[in-house]
Amino acid sequence: MNTKKKSEGFSVRSVVATGIGAAVFFVLMKFIAIPTGVPNTTINVAEGWLALIAGLFGPVVGLLVGFIGHTLNDAVTYGSPWWSWVIADGIFGFLLGLGKKHLALEYGNLSTKKLIQFNIWQVISNVIAWFIIAPIGDILIYKEAAQKVFLQGAVTAVVNSLSVAIIGSLLLVAYVKSRPKKNSLRNE
Amino acid sequence: MLTSVCEDFIDTKVIYFGIMTMNNLFGYKERDTWLNHTTGTAKLVGFLAISTMGMISYDTRFLLALGILAIVLMKMAQIKYHEYALMLKLVLVFAVINLVMVTVLAPQYGAQLYGTHHALFGSGYWTITEEQVFYEFNLLLKYLFSLPLAIILLFTTNPSEFAAGLNKIGVPYKIAYSFAITLRYIPDVQSDYHTISLAQQARGYEISKKASLLARSKGAVQIIIPLIFTSLDRIETISQAMELRRFGRGKKRSWYQEQAFSKRDIIVFIGSIVVIVTGVGLLISNNGRLYNPFQDR
Repeated sequence: MNTKKKSEGFSVRSVVATGIGAAVFFVLMKFIAIPTGVPNTTINVAEGWLALIAGLFGPVVGLLVGFIGHTLNDAVTYGSPWWSWVIADGIFGFLLGLGKKHLALEYGNLSTKKLIQFNIWQVISNVIAWFIIAPIGDILIYKEAAQKVFLQGAVTAVVNSLSVAIIGSLLLVAYVKSRPKKNSLRNE
Repeated sequence: MLTSVCEDFIDTKVIYFGIMTMNNLFGYKERDTWLNHTTGTAKLVGFLAISTMGMISYDTRFLLALGILAIVLMKMAQIKYHEYALMLKLVLVFAVINLVMVTVLAPQYGAQLYGTHHALFGSGYWTITEEQVFYEFNLLLKYLFSLPLAIILLFTTNPSEFAAGLNKIGVPYKIAYSFAITLRYIPDVQSDYHTISLAQQARGYEISKKASLLARSKGAVQIIIPLIFTSLDRIETISQAMELRRFGRGKKRSWYQEQAFSKRDIIVFIGSIVVIVTGVGLLISNNGRLYNPFQDR
């Protein structure tokens, strides 16, 4: 499908995937909120979508989708982007995108083992993004109090890990089911 | 109490975004003011310069001055209160939650930052110091000062100008084009979402507050799956069309919304430079990012 040589850098397909990916990310972040039962905490569907798009198109697209989608959402909701969290979302997309080759979603083969590996990796990425990058960014950029930002980061890391574990895994499975399996053609 | 306030906002938000179309996604409207006629590039540079300096600096005087400048500019842009009331309320709720969290979790942070300790009231862990109050006031200023600027940028700039502006300030054109695609397709994805949502509700999937948690989650999933498949198909269609038109072959590209700089753009650039120089000057004269009125007392 995407066999064109990579010398051009960012392929046309990646440009479009970034654009549409960020648009969907934005709409999901705005509209769909599944409550967890805890006040003000919702399952973030957008992060599940980010997991799928990053897994399909790789780290650069993941980075840009997280970055652009989060910037737009902040800009429309709060007026200005909260940069440390925008950057954290971008890095989260980047980290998830690193799993593209290993997951090989396009070939329609997602074993339970791979799904578990994906979930371990997404939890690690969530911890890196929300418990390390976002709070450190808050402290360096905004001089916020460490106690507060690490608590916020921890809650976000847990909630987002759950969101990706539920929604992300679901989307991956649904996508893979829709793809023809590799070597599914037989000689007769 | 806070939860119910937030839920009210969410309800209004849904109505608010439900009626949005391409041009007023960000509240853009054609108005006959100098800020509307300034190019997107100049406004983007001005916004980035002022908000970045305001983000770095903790000098109260500087932040207040920038806040006043921002409000004056917003008056000049003739933006009405009702147009941004919702945003303002959301930012205020956000600011209050954050300030309360700081007070509860780190009541001694101000004293630690400024290096002195002037107790106001309370005792032990809960001693509230002048430094803490001053720090939180600065924090509040930081949360609020850039809102008018962002409102100006969003409300007076045609969304398509952003992509051209980004490219002009050095963002590679492919990334700027991705951004343009995002802005172009948000309304389409929104309408897809809406259609799918109605179709699934007609089939009996409940997503409103009336349903149980599990039923709502199931309903949401039933909307998301068709939405992601249409979007993935869309990626294929658009990228094939763009490839047929040889997108990405040239080193540069031109933009339909690109405009030449005029005198007012130069003034915006000079203003941005003045703000940056002042900010950096204050960083040097304050010996750091904090303005410390407690030093000599």
